[in-house]
Amino acid sequence: MSLTNYLVLASLLFAIGASTVLLRRNAIVVFMGVELMLNATNLLLVTFARMHGDLSGQVIAFFVMVVAAAEVVIGLAIIVQIFRTRRSASVDDVNLLKS
Amino acid sequence: MTFTSTAATTLAGVATALTDGGKTSSGEAALFWVLAPLMVLAALGLVFARKAVYAAMSVVFVMISIAFLYIAQDAPFLGVVQVVVYTGAIMMLFLFVLMLVGVDSSDSLAETLKGQRWIGIIFGLGLAGLLVTVVVSSTFPVAVGLDEANGDSNPVGVARLIFGDYIFAFEVVGVLLVTAALGALVLTHRQRLTRHIGQKERSDARLASGHTLTPLPAPGVFSRSNAMDVPALDPTGAPLEDSVSRVLRIRGQEREFGVVAAEIEAPTRTASDPEVQR
Repeated sequence: MSLTNYLVLASLLFAIGASTVLLRRNAIVVFMGVELMLNATNLLLVTFARMHGDLSGQVIAFFVMVVAAAEVVIGLAIIVQIFRTRRSASVDDVNLLKS
Repeated sequence: MTFTSTAATTLAGVATALTDGGKTSSGEAALFWVLAPLMVLAALGLVFARKAVYAAMSVVFVMISIAFLYIAQDAPFLGVVQVVVYTGAIMMLFLFVLMLVGVDSSDSLAETLKGQRWIGIIFGLGLAGLLVTVVVSSTFPVAVGLDEANGDSNPVGVARLIFGDYIFAFEVVGVLLVTAALGALVLTHRQRLTRHIGQKERSDARLASGHTLTPLPAPGVFSRSNAMDVPALDPTGAPLEDSVSRVLRIRGQEREFGVVAAEIEAPTRTASDPEVQR
């Protein structure tokens, strides 16, 4: 098996995550789609690190994980705040700025 | 000590080296072909699952499988971090927020943008097709493998890079984490718009309203009846309505004391009747 299989798997996971962001309405599920995309990218980075024999890819994947953790904290705080004021976690209901 | 050495040998056994042609070992191929279809199925579960908790559990499955693949790909440090950070912290945070927001908050199926679903499906399929085509059709160099880079074990190699070439990025990321923690505190802080109501105010309000201050009386206890639905008797023998649970009263499941008393007395009288005894 060549390492390209890992890259194909990561591409599929990324596409599925992007479709989740486009198709689902629940803000939390949309956010999980973003996480899936980040994970797919990490898998890609780790595979490239192995392909090139350079650990930089793994280090960048590590940084992606840390940034993802920070992003999740803020994103979920925003979702909770919107839920408190609007009583809904659906992305369609956040349309107060609509004329 | 023995545990760490066993863990190290296990990880070394799982992490397999590449052959000369840049191919993986057959054990790793087997692991991949078992995990990859399951991962894609679980990821599709994220798109199609009706309930958000099911979606979260399928994402947890994908993330743990990715940790397996990291360890198989000579990245044991990232594999452990993946389990600890993603499945341990991030997904648990997601589950907490799901419980906070309400598990039954299901998706609305009404389309607010016309044709958005079909555009989304077409975009997803197109993106998958595009990425897979690019990956498959491009030529990659012969894979080197990480045997040389992982010479002093993988965590040591990663640490040399993080605290060497990437030290500035590492410090910036530390600042980012502190900022994120502060931001979460500020965002979830609830501003008090009304005066704080403490224990004293509550007790004063209760006294002023004139309701019963003591706990309500317990329901009547009779040895031959389920006593929850029968009112207790006050010293004069009158039933106390308040002693039966409000739920039972609203449902109409309360029983009159007179009915129960008749039920209880009837067998007692026959038993004490001398003719029946004979």
